[in-house]
Amino acid sequence: MRFGIAVFPGTWSDRDCAHAVALAGGEPAYLWHQDSDLRGSDCVILPGGFAHGDYLRAGAIARFAPLMEAVLDFARDGGPVLGICNGFQILCEAGLLPGALLRNDSLQFRCQPTKLLVEGASTPFLAGAVPGSTLAIPISHGEGRYYADEETLRELNSSNRVAFRYCSSSGEVGPSHNPNGSLDDIAGIVNEAGNVLGMMPHPERACEPLLGSSDGLALFTALVKGAAGLPT
Amino acid sequence: MTGPSATELREIALSRQEYERAIALLGRQPNALELGMLGAMWSEHCSYKTSKRLLRRLPSRGGAVVQGPGENAGVIDLGGSLLCCFKIESHNHPSAIEPLQGAATGVGGILRDVFAMGARPIALLDAIRFGDLSQGLQRHRFARVVEGVGFYGNCIGVPTVGGETYFDEAYSGNCLVNAMCVGVTTPEQLVRAVARGPGNPVLLVGADTGRDGIHGATFASVQLDQDAAERRPAVQVGNPFLEKCLMEACLELCSNRALVGLQDCGAAGLTSSLVEMAHRGGLGVELDVALVGRREEGMSPYEVMLSESQERMVLVVESGRELEVQAVFDRWGLRSDVIGRVIEEPVVRILERSEEVACLPLEVLVEGFLERRPAARRPDGLTARMGRDPLSAEPAWDLRDAWVRLLSSPNCGDPTWVFRQYDHQVGNDTVGGPGLDAAVLRFKNRPDGLALTVDGAHRCAALDPRRGTEMAVAEGLRNLAAVGAEPMALTNCLNFGDPDQPEVMWQLEEAVAGLAGAAEALGLPVVSGNVSLYNDYQGMGIPPTPVIGMVGRVDMVRPPVGRGFKHVGDRIVLIGNLGESLAGSEYQRLLQAGVEGPVPELDLAAEAASAGVVRELVRTAVVSSAHDLSIGGFAVALAECCVQHGLGATVDLALPPCPPGRPGRHHGALFGEDPGRYLLSLPEVRLADLAAVCGLRGVEWRDLGPVGGDSIRILGLVEMSCAEAGAALHGAIASRMGPL
Repeated sequence: MRFGIAVFPGTWSDRDCAHAVALAGGEPAYLWHQDSDLRGSDCVILPGGFAHGDYLRAGAIARFAPLMEAVLDFARDGGPVLGICNGFQILCEAGLLPGALLRNDSLQFRCQPTKLLVEGASTPFLAGAVPGSTLAIPISHGEGRYYADEETLRELNSSNRVAFRYCSSSGEVGPSHNPNGSLDDIAGIVNEAGNVLGMMPHPERACEPLLGSSDGLALFTALVKGAAGLPT
Repeated sequence: MTGPSATELREIALSRQEYERAIALLGRQPNALELGMLGAMWSEHCSYKTSKRLLRRLPSRGGAVVQGPGENAGVIDLGGSLLCCFKIESHNHPSAIEPLQGAATGVGGILRDVFAMGARPIALLDAIRFGDLSQGLQRHRFARVVEGVGFYGNCIGVPTVGGETYFDEAYSGNCLVNAMCVGVTTPEQLVRAVARGPGNPVLLVGADTGRDGIHGATFASVQLDQDAAERRPAVQVGNPFLEKCLMEACLELCSNRALVGLQDCGAAGLTSSLVEMAHRGGLGVELDVALVGRREEGMSPYEVMLSESQERMVLVVESGRELEVQAVFDRWGLRSDVIGRVIEEPVVRILERSEEVACLPLEVLVEGFLERRPAARRPDGLTARMGRDPLSAEPAWDLRDAWVRLLSSPNCGDPTWVFRQYDHQVGNDTVGGPGLDAAVLRFKNRPDGLALTVDGAHRCAALDPRRGTEMAVAEGLRNLAAVGAEPMALTNCLNFGDPDQPEVMWQLEEAVAGLAGAAEALGLPVVSGNVSLYNDYQGMGIPPTPVIGMVGRVDMVRPPVGRGFKHVGDRIVLIGNLGESLAGSEYQRLLQAGVEGPVPELDLAAEAASAGVVRELVRTAVVSSAHDLSIGGFAVALAECCVQHGLGATVDLALPPCPPGRPGRHHGALFGEDPGRYLLSLPEVRLADLAAVCGLRGVEWRDLGPVGGDSIRILGLVEMSCAEAGAALHGAIASRMGPL
């Protein structure tokens, strides 16, 4: 199972993602932004960072990279795509996911542990996760406040496309557990087909007990197991 | 031709005497460009003309030292072909004027120092100081400096894993922003900033050169005055995105033999980079300013040579392999220009479209400066001040009120408001981040790891700069011990006022003597450092503020035990004496008038012994928690241990009533800041193990009582609920800075 990991100028969680993929038993391969070759990837990860310095708007320049054309085709063909943090911002800019990520309501960068409530979204990345369970996965962003118009939000909620919401350690959702002011406490969403997942928290940072949590590893292992035909 | 006017000399911070010396050494009058280059190279910032003779006293050799002072950063050997490269540097003056960009470019500069050595930066730490947070200007500076540190580190993707914040009115005019960077490399990748091979091309890569930051080095070498805000153009603007690309491109090249030398372009810009590289190689360099890529038109050779535009590096590459090197920069979307070449003659020769506009011997630029030996004098009245007994007066506050006041002080309080604005996890190696006594980083393919801490001297350095500096080193040692790490080496940033004031010069001499003595006694080499003088605003200088960065090794990385009490029934053990010294303490700063009294005794051999004990108890997992006692003393440390997991404690200090004439004795015991102390908690069954380890090393310990309940009880003296202590600690910074 080969995971292509996109590298834009300014990307910095590329190596962290490669480490997580390897821990999950996958094979990481870096994809340079100027290439349009996915190098035979079975899954594409758009990692965190500040692609092109977030100039203009986070993800606004990266979406025009030659690599993104290939990623769009790959996603339209049903290939699994995971956008983390800056990668989620790029997916929104590229139109693969609806909505936008705005400046945190605190107007400050936030790097802290967060708990995520797993919702019922159908996506290969959450094949092993039980709806209603919680995952400890940290955030690290300045622009992570999910925003979409009311109709889009209604659509996301009614069609089970919300993957995660920020919650308390016991799974309660509410403003005091929402670190950035995201509408409906949304931390991650999927596209209609479920093969594209965008999330602000960093699952690649939560893959080892030594680093505080291994709850994020399930997202990567789900794909590896799925590809091998193993139960997740 | 007449010489420059007094105003012109002031602009480049040269004295008339230094100007005369330049003429004597050159045998002619320097032209304006040459004078500017001399001014920059002979500035305090570049030449260390006041501190150099003192710094020679610092021990810089030792088994693990690969590179001591004199390069972009120091390097130690971690074994198994892994090298650790680190340095701390100040960006005080720029941060006082433009806090966000000043702090950001300080981080950018120290990162470049580390990747210039071929090391990948893996961690940043910061030590920042401001005036009282009740003042709007101080809150503004604090908030913007934190934002600036985060802006740069977060964007470039290097975790900020630790640091220190401190607030005192004495830093109202001059805030301090010290940034430390730690990187790793291999012996094969290690690069030095040296120009070798006459004929080899010199490249300037990264950002275009603009008019920003001209005279930054000289600006850092004079006092701030009322017109300081007008110097804002001397503060540069940071572009961490560009630096990220520059870093990746440079690191890619460090494994390529085409690269001969690599140097950061920092203070005094191209002038200093070229001069230093050529001088280290015993060769010269020739450059044509017309080949330097400009941000704006019409720049003079003077402006090009002294610009401090950020995110630039100078490379010397093997002749004939320029294109290969430039292709790497192209790929990262970066500009690279061949701007000159290495020459045999030991001079720096500047051309403009092939016509010579300046030519100076390197020896004159690097070694020609006049060493300054300003008079040093111990301040009057110090002996009398240190002779007073802070415990002799009836305390104005009862123990409980004093305790609450200390817990609510931003110097003791919870720094979460700061560090949650820093990405402290990127890189997936941060096992213990900010909020621990020291940060712990693992290596992915090895069992061992690094522990990092940065500690500045507190108020007691104002009474006794030598002891205050030793205390900062001892605090670093304790912080490392509390996470089970053994110290390996130091870096230091010496922040002082105007050295032309004899009292300040005395402070500097004493502090360096203290640092040298402590480093010697503990067997720790000082591998890099930085001196920041003239931290003086309208005649008010900062207190002596040596800041020590310490790197230690953790043999076997495990989840850190942390400071918080974890299990009801665990015994609480104090390592070391209870102490009583309030001189120079946070208690005195907050609750007593003036700083006075005998500074705490410090026995470095005993300090090393107790650190050894704690390290062993943490490593062997005998203890459930470990925390060193520092600012705020015993009572603040105890509250921190309780608040973390909301578990109370009942401790019996068995203190006799206050002796006659010393009604402050109990305050001294609870809030004194004597060194050599830790609070541990452990299961009762492990007390025998602890006793054995302490006995072996002759370290004093006391079983104070059990963990449990929801309040912190110091029997017979004072009691507070964990909730109240927690609210005070958590709000200490956050409540002053606005809602969470």
